[in-house]
Amino acid sequence: MSFPYLSAILFLPVVGLIVIALLPKPQQRTIKLIALISTLASFALSIAVFCLFDRSAGFIGQIQFQEQLSWIPAINAFYHLGIDGLSLPLVILMTFLGVLAVLVSWNVQLRPKEYFIWLLLLETSILGVFCSLDMVLFFLFWELELIPMYFLISVWGGGRKEYSAIKYVIYTLVGSAMMLAGILSIYFTTGSLNMMELAGLDAARPFIPLAAMFFLMLVGFAIKLPVFPLHTWLPDAHTDAPTAASVILAGSLLKMGGYGMIRLCVSIFPAVALQYAPLLTALAAVSVLYGAAVTLRQKDLKRLIAYSSVSHMGYVLLGIFALTQVSLTGAVLQMFSHGIITGLLFAMVGLVYDKAHERNLDNLGGLARQMPVIVAVFSIAGLASLGLPGTSGFAAEFITFVGSYSSTVVEGIRVYTLLGVFGIVLTAGYILWMLQRVFYGPPLDKFNKVPDANNVEKVCIFSFVAAIMLVGIYPAILTDVIKLGVEPIMRLLGS
Amino acid sequence: MMISELRFLAPELSLLGFALLVILVDLLVKQKRVLAGLSIAGLVVSAGFTVAMWGTPATDIFYRMLAVDNFAIFFKLLLLAAAGLIILASQDYVSRFKRFQGEYYALVLISALGMMLLVAAADLIAIYVALELSGISLYVLATFLKDRKSTEAGLKYLLLGAVASAVLLYGMALIFGFTGRTCLVCIAEYFQGMPGAGLLNNPALLMGMVLLAAGFGFKIACFPFQMWVPDVYEGAPTPITAYLSVASKAAGFAVVLRVFFVALGSPEWLSLNWGVLFAALSAITMTVGNVVAILQNNIKRMLGYSSIAQAGYLMVGLATVGMAVGGSAVGQSGLLFFIMSYAVTNLGAFIAVIAISNKINSDEISDYAGMGKRAPFIALALTFCLISLIGLPPTAGLIAKIYIFSGAVQHGLLWLVIVAVINSCISAFYYLRVVKVMWTGTPASKVKEVPSSWALRVALALCCLFVLLLGVVPGGFIGIAEAAARILGS
Repeated sequence: MSFPYLSAILFLPVVGLIVIALLPKPQQRTIKLIALISTLASFALSIAVFCLFDRSAGFIGQIQFQEQLSWIPAINAFYHLGIDGLSLPLVILMTFLGVLAVLVSWNVQLRPKEYFIWLLLLETSILGVFCSLDMVLFFLFWELELIPMYFLISVWGGGRKEYSAIKYVIYTLVGSAMMLAGILSIYFTTGSLNMMELAGLDAARPFIPLAAMFFLMLVGFAIKLPVFPLHTWLPDAHTDAPTAASVILAGSLLKMGGYGMIRLCVSIFPAVALQYAPLLTALAAVSVLYGAAVTLRQKDLKRLIAYSSVSHMGYVLLGIFALTQVSLTGAVLQMFSHGIITGLLFAMVGLVYDKAHERNLDNLGGLARQMPVIVAVFSIAGLASLGLPGTSGFAAEFITFVGSYSSTVVEGIRVYTLLGVFGIVLTAGYILWMLQRVFYGPPLDKFNKVPDANNVEKVCIFSFVAAIMLVGIYPAILTDVIKLGVEPIMRLLGS
Repeated sequence: MMISELRFLAPELSLLGFALLVILVDLLVKQKRVLAGLSIAGLVVSAGFTVAMWGTPATDIFYRMLAVDNFAIFFKLLLLAAAGLIILASQDYVSRFKRFQGEYYALVLISALGMMLLVAAADLIAIYVALELSGISLYVLATFLKDRKSTEAGLKYLLLGAVASAVLLYGMALIFGFTGRTCLVCIAEYFQGMPGAGLLNNPALLMGMVLLAAGFGFKIACFPFQMWVPDVYEGAPTPITAYLSVASKAAGFAVVLRVFFVALGSPEWLSLNWGVLFAALSAITMTVGNVVAILQNNIKRMLGYSSIAQAGYLMVGLATVGMAVGGSAVGQSGLLFFIMSYAVTNLGAFIAVIAISNKINSDEISDYAGMGKRAPFIALALTFCLISLIGLPPTAGLIAKIYIFSGAVQHGLLWLVIVAVINSCISAFYYLRVVKVMWTGTPASKVKEVPSSWALRVALALCCLFVLLLGVVPGGFIGIAEAAARILGS
């Protein structure tokens, strides 16, 4: 058996957290270094997997780096890992954000031991979602993520942290409740839990109507993505979470929803997806516009970025249910791109708040003079978010819109696409307005002594910028991979 | 031969011997810890005899009074383990009893004995006798603190228990009057060849079945027979509360499963009816338990309502058994695995509560503030067990729920599963409230902590270990549950 790359990527953070847990009274620095090393190792391995991943045409729709062990024979569940073009970008995204989340947390003083234990567990659980090919294993990791997130928000958060944490948990649990019912009905229709075998499920005698299964699964993912009107947990959770948790939440956790939709909704029930695509793309347009409109009205910097996520994840939904090769590729790329851009935006908000102790737009202003580096990077992130050419945001959104506009299988898609494109105009509005109100204008005396980013922070935010630029200038680095995962779904859709 | 059949009773007889020994030794020794050691020894010996019988072909002994099968052995081991953990955890608690420590241990052993007979009983009369044996010792144990609440708890338990027994007995009498038999297998044989089949044609049978369900419903605390739970759980000594919530409930489910599956399990017109009955009761039970638990401020009451909710999930398994006529045994094995995981989880939670209440002398949830700082390991263990009760990974609770629900979905109870999973979401709210208070609240005082005894810590560690094992590598345990379920009624 070859080296179990995926298990190693998945469980390196767990190794790190066990070491941290076992150290008696460790120094803060030691804890942070161990966390950094374990996430870096995981990241390095995922890069190795990225390089070893076979992109040749023969591997279209093939799972690579498979590992399969019997786990619960009674329900035919396996410890089954593997990646294809859909999951690989998201795995890299998570391991990348894992490293940066540790760097972002470098200044955490409150109970650092527990904090990093939860952070590392969070990384493992999200990676598990992207790597699992068995639905019960997938579900286990999906639920596992709740526990560290609950603790991170309710202990290290701010504001109404306990309310937000429980709201987050209850919303997700309701979704996963539906999902469990869906998974079980799929299982009893087919007797299989293997996601790959289930693709294009064609049951003569389904357990319950296929559309019912489709929607049971979809609700769980739509809450996570989030899709209007199931999004209300998100602004609260984001606003009250500590910076690193926000980075991971926006950067990687929301993508579990998009990934699940492609893997478990579209690819298992292509016919149902086709049938309901007009409804879902309409919802996508509503998400984009509603999210952007609400964002315009926000006074709290962090809440503003949070609402912008609702809007941007609308593009993902649009791309997925436009059901063309190009639009799906764009959706996956948008997930990756939104991950790094919004991750960076939250990191920047965290920095500004750390230094200026202020998040209300009305009380901020003229910070450009005190923090030139932060201003520059914040502006890059903002411009990437509104889709400036040369950044990953442009590549992803452009591909998504081209793909969905040219879709021939979904009725009314052109209207929804145009509405979605209008969302970009609103994005430009709130991003530029925000930058102006925070950084420009006359310098305020109370911010005179505010420092700029230190070295650790610079390493962290420059890495984000590098990733945004890399994908923006050469998107094929990812689209080559994504193509391999999208292609088989197109075949299922019959085009 | 009667005498040679006595060897099948070795676990029970040895336990009885040790219980009497505990009472005798109590008269002689001053150091009461010896008694705890002796009780543990008795449980280990009894468990040894029980394990040795695993896998022997199923038989009936004493003219079909008792069954010897893997199903009974599974529950006997579970009960012995629960009693052992309770005795370990009682070490920090018995100091509150000024007298009668010896009797406490002896009564725990005797109630375990009663429950062991109960899970093996294959005849209505034997069931009734065993039920009373375990019940009476539990009534006494509930009053052991001798303060106002404890006395009230014991009395309430006794009175309601007596009513339930009467109801049960009436149900048994009706069944006997209808069939002319008391042994479960004979009753089943009668129904097979029954003329004029159909439940509605036979109101006496219907009445008997409903009364049986009601009588047992008291034991497993399902709606609408759950009213005694919060008061008794709150007033009784905490180890006994744990014992009631785990052992007594497990034994109750064992006997319900045996009676309904073996005696009333076929033909279809019979089993479908009680399947639907249990499905409806299950939905109401879990909803009532979960919704009322939200309002509780006392952790023992909260765990009481939570155990009602858990009984509701367990009844999903019962309903599945009823719906799966002549089909797979997935309902039974799901139920057994759920009981296993519920037992270790709930015991762990209660043991942690014992440890904490020893430190702070309070069962109010608000007094748990800052427990994460004052006693991190116990708080962590309690958190872990509560997470398992919600049904989140990586714990036994999640796998148990997936397994029991998968059986229910397979047999057409998708609606019930949706009710159950939504209930799990509701339950997250009150379980996490305790977690929140422990980890985010500020400690009420910086008083020097009372250290927990090593016995309690061992018990707690064992529970958490099993919660984790059942959650991460459940394959082997599910195998055991399947082996125990298959033998039933075959």
